[in-house]
Amino acid sequence: MRLDNYQTDGFYDEMFDEAGTPRSRADVLASRLSALSDGELVRRQKAADLTLLNMGITFAVYGHEAGTEKVWPFDIVPRIVDGAEFEIIQRGLRQRIFALNVFIDDVYNEQRILKDGVVPAELVFSASCYLKQCVGLKPPGGVWCHVVGTDLVRDGDGKFYVLEDNLRCPSGVSYVIENREVMKRTFPQIFGGLRIQPVEDYPERLLETLQHVAPPNTQSPNVVVLTPGIYNSAYFEHSFLAQQMGVELVEGSDLVVSDGYVCMRTTRGLQRVDVIYRRIDDTFLDPKCFRPDSALGVPGLMDVYRKGRVTLANAPGTGVADDKAIYAYVPRIIKYYLGEDPILNNVPTRICSEPEDLQYVLHNLSKLVIKPTNESGGYGIVIGPRATSEELAKCADLIRANPRNYIAQPMLALSRVPTIVDDHLEGRHVDLRPYMLYGKDIFVLPGGLTRVALRKGSLIVNSSQGGGSKDTWVLA
Amino acid sequence: MLSRVADSVFWLSRYVERAENVARFLDVNMHMTLDLGDSLSQQWEPLVATTGDHKTFSERHGPATRDSVWQFLTFDRKNPNSIVSCLYSARENARTIRGSLPSEVWEELNKFYLFVRGADVPNALENTTHFLGEVKRYSQLLVGIMESLMSRNEAWHFGRMGRNLERADKTSRILDVKYFILLPTTSEVGTPLDVIQWAALLKSASALEMYRRVRGRIAPEHVVGFLMLDQDFPRSVRYCLSRAEESLRAITGSPEGTFQLRAEKLLGRLRSEFEFTQAADIIHSGLHEFIDRVQLSINEVDAAIFDSFFATQPIANVSEQSQSQTQSQSQSQSQSQSSSTAE
Repeated sequence: MRLDNYQTDGFYDEMFDEAGTPRSRADVLASRLSALSDGELVRRQKAADLTLLNMGITFAVYGHEAGTEKVWPFDIVPRIVDGAEFEIIQRGLRQRIFALNVFIDDVYNEQRILKDGVVPAELVFSASCYLKQCVGLKPPGGVWCHVVGTDLVRDGDGKFYVLEDNLRCPSGVSYVIENREVMKRTFPQIFGGLRIQPVEDYPERLLETLQHVAPPNTQSPNVVVLTPGIYNSAYFEHSFLAQQMGVELVEGSDLVVSDGYVCMRTTRGLQRVDVIYRRIDDTFLDPKCFRPDSALGVPGLMDVYRKGRVTLANAPGTGVADDKAIYAYVPRIIKYYLGEDPILNNVPTRICSEPEDLQYVLHNLSKLVIKPTNESGGYGIVIGPRATSEELAKCADLIRANPRNYIAQPMLALSRVPTIVDDHLEGRHVDLRPYMLYGKDIFVLPGGLTRVALRKGSLIVNSSQGGGSKDTWVLA
Repeated sequence: MLSRVADSVFWLSRYVERAENVARFLDVNMHMTLDLGDSLSQQWEPLVATTGDHKTFSERHGPATRDSVWQFLTFDRKNPNSIVSCLYSARENARTIRGSLPSEVWEELNKFYLFVRGADVPNALENTTHFLGEVKRYSQLLVGIMESLMSRNEAWHFGRMGRNLERADKTSRILDVKYFILLPTTSEVGTPLDVIQWAALLKSASALEMYRRVRGRIAPEHVVGFLMLDQDFPRSVRYCLSRAEESLRAITGSPEGTFQLRAEKLLGRLRSEFEFTQAADIIHSGLHEFIDRVQLSINEVDAAIFDSFFATQPIANVSEQSQSQTQSQSQSQSQSQSSSTAE
């Protein structure tokens, strides 16, 4: 197929340089693609779509009819990351996660960083994910955020920036593994001799991490995955991870607190549970401790947790560190605890709760991207340059009414990757979410989820809003 | 294993087996009526009676014609026992326990559901043999995958128990079809037409060839004996009850000849009744009446299994998840089919 008419349109393209020549990391892939006969790539794409449908790799979309499953949109042209470049990313992420974990532990215990005035205390205490119920907690091994997914983007300057940290229940890693599986099933020829770093060992490492953080002195810990149920948007992932680790996938109603321990109801009576990889939000965990209306959680769970008789991964309360206003302080947090400069840069961020920033933001709305600090999934974002004047006015009102709730960032020129559109390739914007596990040490999965905004020109990569994904190859 | 998972494996297997047997019902009825003269060639109402869903049917469809019965038993989503509804429920059950099943089981079941859901209805009604054949093939493929991939753990035994209880119930209903289908006159009993109908019945249970090897010529008493009482044929009621009981004992650990739970007592009793019954006894007591009793007993076993394993915790939100999905016996009016999974 022809690649010579592919346009980079002035964006950083992950496969081609400005002159349209394949980058060195992608030259083998580019030559294999161009050797394909006309229509072959589209046929492979259709085969991949069918495979995804048959495998039942789906996600649920909220706001639609209950239980609506959509097949995971997947584009078979992979995104390639250079091995040496990814090594820097890995180091940067380890540094960042280590510092954020110390930060969480500090915030809920000594609060040194607040007393030293490095992060404003009122910003922390007003974060919607700060939980006073977690004050004084000491999780096993001092690890709070066991599973982390961090969103990175590459800007027009070719550099990676951290867009946001996901320290609560990041999802998507199952798609990293399944994307690779689908690629291998439908397009095996493309892999030959490329030495792509494997991602398939993630479930093994996740199990190892979860077992490692079990309450002290637990012989062969019993690990479970806790899901809100089949109508949750990430249910596929919950069942996939439980299956791949060989552990039970439980719902809140399968668990009960009995004699001071968390147990699951089995056909042979109650059986003790030592580690819960929970995929339900903090405030739903225990109706006795948090939201009394939660039907998803386990009454009394937090008492058992406080006594150190069960481990929750991630620990409750971690969301305080991925609040979007706290995000702006992460470089200072790293410096404070580690005495190091951050290896990965933040996107420059204006915090609307700070008066100077607020004035700047209100004067420059049409140039900025405005994000609510406590939303995820791409909801509530206003892209200034693309908004109508009414939308901007409405946005300004919202910011003035509750400045704490907003941050603003410059508009980034997200890098692009060739993506199948009808019968040819066009550039589409992508981000990258690598996954980390924090147990005995910090492991960064080589690769990650490349999400792609399938609509022309769109910057929103979330699967709930028209995003797709790509296999991500980190070369050895 | 988790009670909820046990419940879902049990029902997933039953629903797949049920879908396969609905295909077998349609198959046998079609073959039996094709050979009859015009006046009797439209006997589709009896089939609905056999499945125990005649009340739901008459509410929704009115008079029974070939097309309305077909529609009702295959693609009618409002009929909880239609093939498409069975697969929907099987898949929802599988989805809630996807983590406990081999991925191959999930993938084939998903394809099975997508095949039925996506079927071109007019074409399937036109080309029935192909459609029914595919339903049977998919079901058998699933059984084969579970046989060859699953450790013989509790999950496997719950699945096997569910499948065999469902199959025992349905084989008895297939036999019941013959009771309902009328011959032109009573003097036709024993004629070639009668023989052909009994043979068609065996065929729909995939039993004709195995029958021939054991019994040779077709005789009603022998057919009843084979489908009800044969020790070795895997779709005979006795065989299915024995396998179900084996799995139940494997789950509870009770030695042969003993019981701890009511379910074991009821199932053991039913199985032993089959061991000490002859075909002549069944015909003497009335085939249809005997079949009715068997279906009632199986429903009692179901209820006892539910009480012993799936409903043991007196917590409100657990009982909400329970399923009680027995089909009523063929003549009874009641229908207790409810599923926790929303359409």
